[in-house]
Amino acid sequence: MKILSKIGKYFLMLKSIFGKFTKWKILKQLILKDIDTLIIGSLGIVSFISFFVGGVVAIQTALNLENPLLPKNLIGFATRQSVILEFAPTFISVIMAGKVGSYITSSIGTMRVTEQIDALEVMGINTYNYLIFPKIIALSLYPLVICISMFLGVFGGYIACVYGGFSSSAEFIEGIQMDFISFHITYAFIKTAFFSFVLATIPSYHGYFMTGGALEVGKASTVSFVWTSVVIILLNYLITQMLLT
Amino acid sequence: MIEVQNIIKSFDGTEVLKGISTVFEKGKTNLIIGQSGSGKTVFLKCLLGLFEADSGKILFEGKRLKKMTVKERSILRQEMGMVFQGSALFDSMTVEENIMFPMQMFTQKTDDEIRDRANQVIKRVNLIKANEKFPDEISGGMKKRVAIARAIVMNPKYLFCDEPNSGLDPKTAILIDNLIQEITAEYGITTVINTHDMNSVMEIGEKIVFLKDGIKSWEGTKEEIFNTYNEAVTNFVYSSNLFKKVREVYLKDEREEEDTGTTSA
Repeated sequence: MKILSKIGKYFLMLKSIFGKFTKWKILKQLILKDIDTLIIGSLGIVSFISFFVGGVVAIQTALNLENPLLPKNLIGFATRQSVILEFAPTFISVIMAGKVGSYITSSIGTMRVTEQIDALEVMGINTYNYLIFPKIIALSLYPLVICISMFLGVFGGYIACVYGGFSSSAEFIEGIQMDFISFHITYAFIKTAFFSFVLATIPSYHGYFMTGGALEVGKASTVSFVWTSVVIILLNYLITQMLLT
Repeated sequence: MIEVQNIIKSFDGTEVLKGISTVFEKGKTNLIIGQSGSGKTVFLKCLLGLFEADSGKILFEGKRLKKMTVKERSILRQEMGMVFQGSALFDSMTVEENIMFPMQMFTQKTDDEIRDRANQVIKRVNLIKANEKFPDEISGGMKKRVAIARAIVMNPKYLFCDEPNSGLDPKTAILIDNLIQEITAEYGITTVINTHDMNSVMEIGEKIVFLKDGIKSWEGTKEEIFNTYNEAVTNFVYSSNLFKKVREVYLKDEREEEDTGTTSA
């Protein structure tokens, strides 16, 4: 029952976000600030992880292709498929649940603890819109991050494969072009769009409705990470089931 | 004027406010006092509309809070200023930006006009050389001044303060109390202060409402509090030796005045 009540509260929160809108002049500043913090601020870690994990995927694939009858271009093919279908949209989103999600929960949670949200409410501001809407808009640019992650993942695979001596450059490039289905990119970006909404709203929910003090802010961040990851994994399954089967 | 009629508020089946009725008058500093857990904060949050009372009426200039439309409530909120216990300043904004914020949100004034008004208020609360500082760079007393400045920048009709001098040294606490009282009289605001600081009661308590276990146990002025024999009030107000002594001296003076009056008559 408690979980149902929380889910209900979450959906009521979503409705309230699109209630009374904050003045555009203020909202614009908040959106730009959130783009800087949530999107630009995440590019470094996303690039780093994508490049090296892409490399590892290529090496692992190469090491598992022991049969000489299997063509070397399979390394490029497997790297592309892994990175585009799962690694970039899902794995990076789980990482972002930790990085961006914790930031959102702790920043809103701290505002709750220090009565800053109450101060906004007393002024007559729709706090849901003021605090959460800019994050939703900022994270609507999240597919761009995933686009960069896809590119760097495949590029990392290429570098590891070619300079590690697992296949030639031509074989790898042939592999990444082989049996290319453009819908896979669409599928990946559809997933990403859902994940970006989850990344903005679930951590916001945990921060907004938290009670207690500084210790609870930490706890709320952890709980937020767990739930955001769980929802991302479940959504990933549902979307895959619906779009690819 | 704010009129409260028989408000009841419960949480999880526990009644926190048990039918409180009172009137907070315009241009006066109205104090809500009581022990921790007596329901002061819940009462204040009901007045602010942050909590919805289960039953009873809260009337702002005769208009019932519960019956107000979203627009009316929004207008009312713009007529309210609130000073929170921990100041609740936005830590990502400078002092000046904190004070300018309500005007940026709700007025169509230009940035220069907003800045001018903010600086007027900054001057009024005696904040010196703090415009560009962030909340974590200023003292507790200065934070309270910023919170007061932010609360009055929109010329509110109602000012609510939750423990405005908690965590401050006695001298700064009195300065803050006096500042609130001066502003109340100057702007003709209805001020409601939640406190358990007896210095505030003696300094600025033009009307005092004493809460005990969610019930209004007593109400009166700071002068009347010396003469009351309400046990709950005397136990609370005169719990320290200093205030016991103050009361003794006050009552002694009053008796002497009466005796002198009788003799001369």
